[in-house]
Amino acid sequence: MPIVESIIHRLTEIVGIANVLTKIEDVLPYGFDGTATFEHLAAAVVFPQNTAQVAACVKLAAEHKISIVTRGSGTGLSGGSVPSGDCIVLCLVQMDAILEVDPRNLTLRAQCGAITAKIDEAASVHGLFYPPDPGSLKISTIGGNVAENSGGLRGLKYGVTRDYVMGLEVVLPDGRIIRLGNACVKDVAGYSMKDLFIGSEGTLGIVTEVLLKLLPRPAARRTMLATYERMEDAAETVSAIIAAAIIPCTLEFLDQMTIRCVEAYAKIGLPTDCAALLLMETDGHTAAVADEAEKMLAIAKAHGAREVTIAANAEESMKLASARRTAFSALARMRPTTILEDVTVPRSELATMVSFIAATANRHQLQVGTFGHMGDGNLHPTFLTDERDTDEMHRVHLALDEIVAKTLALGGTITGEHGVGLAKKQWLRQQLGDDSYELMRQIKHTLDPNQLLNPGKIFD
Amino acid sequence: MAYKLKELDYSILQQCMHCGMCLPTCPTYDTTKRERNSPRGRIALMRAVADDKISITQEFADEMSYCLGCLACETACPAGVNYAVLFETARSDIEQSKINNSLTRNFWRFLTLRGLFMHPRALRSAAVLLRWYQQFGIQSLVRKCHLTTFLPANLRRLEPQTPRICRKFSHQLIAAYENPMEPTTYRVALLTGCMQDLTFSDVNRDTADVLLANHCSVHTPPVQPCCGSLHGHNGETELAARLARRMIDLMPPENFDAIITNAGGCGAHLRHYHNLLADDPQYAERAREWDRKIRDIHEWLIQINFRPPHAAPAETPLHVTYHESCHLAHGQKITQQPRELLRSIPGVILTELPESNWCCGSAGVYSITQPEQSANLLDRKVKHILATGADVLATSNPGCHLQIAAGLECAGSTITLIQPITLLARAYRNEKKIPITS
Repeated sequence: MPIVESIIHRLTEIVGIANVLTKIEDVLPYGFDGTATFEHLAAAVVFPQNTAQVAACVKLAAEHKISIVTRGSGTGLSGGSVPSGDCIVLCLVQMDAILEVDPRNLTLRAQCGAITAKIDEAASVHGLFYPPDPGSLKISTIGGNVAENSGGLRGLKYGVTRDYVMGLEVVLPDGRIIRLGNACVKDVAGYSMKDLFIGSEGTLGIVTEVLLKLLPRPAARRTMLATYERMEDAAETVSAIIAAAIIPCTLEFLDQMTIRCVEAYAKIGLPTDCAALLLMETDGHTAAVADEAEKMLAIAKAHGAREVTIAANAEESMKLASARRTAFSALARMRPTTILEDVTVPRSELATMVSFIAATANRHQLQVGTFGHMGDGNLHPTFLTDERDTDEMHRVHLALDEIVAKTLALGGTITGEHGVGLAKKQWLRQQLGDDSYELMRQIKHTLDPNQLLNPGKIFD
Repeated sequence: MAYKLKELDYSILQQCMHCGMCLPTCPTYDTTKRERNSPRGRIALMRAVADDKISITQEFADEMSYCLGCLACETACPAGVNYAVLFETARSDIEQSKINNSLTRNFWRFLTLRGLFMHPRALRSAAVLLRWYQQFGIQSLVRKCHLTTFLPANLRRLEPQTPRICRKFSHQLIAAYENPMEPTTYRVALLTGCMQDLTFSDVNRDTADVLLANHCSVHTPPVQPCCGSLHGHNGETELAARLARRMIDLMPPENFDAIITNAGGCGAHLRHYHNLLADDPQYAERAREWDRKIRDIHEWLIQINFRPPHAAPAETPLHVTYHESCHLAHGQKITQQPRELLRSIPGVILTELPESNWCCGSAGVYSITQPEQSANLLDRKVKHILATGADVLATSNPGCHLQIAAGLECAGSTITLIQPITLLARAYRNEKKIPITS
């Protein structure tokens, strides 16, 4: 239904006039997120200040059959928060309070708009640790992280956002507010409903509050940088480390194109002449860290590492990790448009996948920069192109299709941590098969029969 | 250089891939949490103008005026977006659309941008009038009689912050040509600036002294035009280009090893004359040469391996904290050199200032055009400075200097503001007073 003046007026009654934006200059900057090539104009952007206001907005929308796209900081990488159709954007950045850190239960309670990095900062005051660290952690919101089930550099050892969500407050598509989960470590009362909403990309409900699990902060950390003449050697190193039953906290891979772009931005002295590098980090008990670091160093050397350097101190480690987090954006230095993929394969298949990506790009005469969280099999081949060059964009799509087909043939997934959103929905059925795909749609229809929450995302 | 967004090389707009890395570093986004007040939001609006999706509206003009132009987003941007060019082109486009025109605004812009800041002698004469006004008690009389109520509201509020005009300007303190006592290794030209010349000419003298102490012969033309940064930041690209040509003629870059600037705000503009003059066949190559020769004083001293002083600038140890001028830190990426310089001075204990590279709200004429946001940023800056417990705040841009001094005074603080180069100059001077031990 079109969004008429009277509905805007009702929205202003709910959240206050200053918290409803409708002018073109205000709304246009909410037409995109961190994903390339997806853009659409919303009718209005609304900033609720609390859960009750979110629920009231959703009720109003449900009453008038208006769709809602929920948004945090808009750093998503699959187009999940790009407006669709004639919709209102619910932007939750102002609900950003960290409500409680409970050291007795090792939990943290926060509103959905709290910034991911601030959550870990609040935990660290108590000597605690919130491990998930997506690349955009300095600005991404925890609500967005839950909706996308975001990963990060530490996924290999510490898992992803889902592994830290103990409870949620969710506004359902009809405006009801429900609470799922609790501070209990064990809870098998019925279906694990909270898990349905984690990673649901804003299509089933709106997460307004989270209860997170915290860990003790690791006592020690050691960061190493291994350089390689051949990309495959780096991939083999990762497979060998995993096969040796070592679980470091980070095993990041950067190919030469990515290294050069990151170095051009961060200027931290990365070796720009090697074919690939691995950023390896182990954390935990001091003795265990020393032992693991030594073993990883030996494995890297045995698998053709040209050189392995150890970060001198915490500051240097942090610089390396921060530089790595800029990889995706730094690749944008090369060409006007960066198309980022998120394919993930079982770790034994990494070397095959890395060579396949390079060969595919070559075959289609495309520039690609590949980096990724190799330790968990998650790769980010990034095509450097220009959206205005239709011929080249066509070749990019052909290459993507081939990469997806190969990924699935190797037993992988089309997205490890970015979500399906708009960017990957064309391949979802291919991965899931008809029955699983239809089951997923049935769930959506059951919870949101009128297709009001984030319509057109994940599937049509 | 493009004067309109539509004429701009489109790839500069496309460079922004809207990843959002800039958001947490943008002072206006931090205040409002609205995308339009963020770098990527503003770039989206600029791109929409270039794409003919929106026209230059009042809202668009207001937004570009709300941007500080602090360039913190450039430091944060891994994709290397040239925000400075985008921002200046947007402001130039706005000026040409005449959407902001009003009698008062036109008058002030004519008086300052086309008048005083195009004619250095007129600017100094106006400053002399202001000096008399301050010297002969007229200012206090005006204040006592509440005559300031006749000023426009923005200026009335800022009147107490009117900078103290120096008794002598740079040309009365520095000879056109000065040679070091010891053999000359480098020939440099010294830019004396506008605000720096009128209100901190002693800092220019200090800069010359430090250069002389480091084997540089110093050429300081007595009458120097504005470098054009004021014009560039305020959408007067054509005037900025004219000033760039005058500057190049006055200090031919081929004659010097370096052209030295000591004001962060000027330096960021001075380094990009080739952007302004790229289409001028007579000046394009010389502009490139000029850009290659421009050095911030701190950068230059570190580059030439300056001699650390062996005396202290004061009798007792000084606890110093350092505020970074935006256009020094973000515009010129000079962050470590001033700190290194401060650390080299005996008797200086340097404490880091939290958020040292967060804008103080001065930002050219921002305190006049956006008083509320400017005051917010100043409060935030002053709180951080007070929390360090320092006795001295070092900063190297006259705009920051005046703004923060006013903020500290308002907070009843006794912290003194000194530019880093002055501390170094004092230390060198004190060497002559004490015997060298060891």
